Amino acid sequence: MHELGIVFHMIDTLTEVGAENGLTSIARVTLDLGEVTGVVPSYLLDCWRWAADRTELLHGAELDVCQIDAVTVCNDCGRTYATLEHGKVCPHCASDNTELLHGLEIEIREVEGA
Amino acid sequence: MDEIRVIEVKRSVFESNDREADRLRAELRQRGTFLLNLMSSPGSGKTTTLERTIEALSDELRIAVMEADIDSDVDTRRVLAKGVRAIQLHTGGMCHLDAGMTRQGIDELGTDDTDLAFLENVGNLVCPAEFDTGASANAMILSVPEGDDKPLKYPLMFQVCDVVLVNKMDVAPYFDFNLDRLRANVARRNERARVIPISAKTGEGMDDWYEWLREQVRAWQA
Repeated sequence: MHELGIVFHMIDTLTEVGAENGLTSIARVTLDLGEVTGVVPSYLLDCWRWAADRTELLHGAELDVCQIDAVTVCNDCGRTYATLEHGKVCPHCASDNTELLHGLEIEIREVEGA
Repeated sequence: MDEIRVIEVKRSVFESNDREADRLRAELRQRGTFLLNLMSSPGSGKTTTLERTIEALSDELRIAVMEADIDSDVDTRRVLAKGVRAIQLHTGGMCHLDAGMTRQGIDELGTDDTDLAFLENVGNLVCPAEFDTGASANAMILSVPEGDDKPLKYPLMFQVCDVVLVNKMDVAPYFDFNLDRLRANVARRNERARVIPISAKTGEGMDDWYEWLREQVRAWQA
């Protein structure tokens, strides 16, 4: 289960964040999730519910998932384009000298807690 | 009750794992143990390649092996039969190893008197690539029947690899597999990755692989 591993690492990170900020409970977590991470949001939410409720800090905490669109930049013409639509080859100049700019993020944006 | 606060975090979920991985790597360097994270699909020939490698190198290098599987100890028994130290890690249903699990394995295995340790990761081309295990280098085995288009389908795996072993070259004539096309597909994802065609069964190309390993261990211990 790919998503379960991600959730365990989220909980590790949130435990650190909680300790650093003197939080005893977290009610809401906002996650930025890149479009090409391969993580399935509905599976992630199921794993989150299961694992978060087993901790004191995150019991009942809501998880908001915000999708970050995948964007690729072309190193030859310098323009960007939607990765999912066009893949590796630049639709502007047909070069395959391209790099993913956004879309692999799995990043905790913010937490709400007390 | 304390007031509810909103805290901006902006922290990657992989950050704590990456830190743990860097710590482990630094310790391994100090101890002079080169740890190779070996990844592949199920059935690509990881264990057979390991068996041949142990036979070829165990006179000159002190070798140890960690086998990671979701369940069973079939692979560990095969490796133990070759006379090296080996332990089995069970991931308990997880599809990959992370740095914390690798450290547990290393502590259990012990690295005193080990030049070269192999971590045989769970057979999977997706998740193992995302989690830095703390290994010194990453290797993957792609077998001929899997096809030369895999770098296009599993880009991250090929991006994190230092070496790609193309196994089962002995059966290449029976498959629509083009080695040049594979090399081009790998290079598109990762220009640094070394591609070594082998057959663990017939021994073809294995000397190049052994030489790559010797060089890596020498550089790590220098």
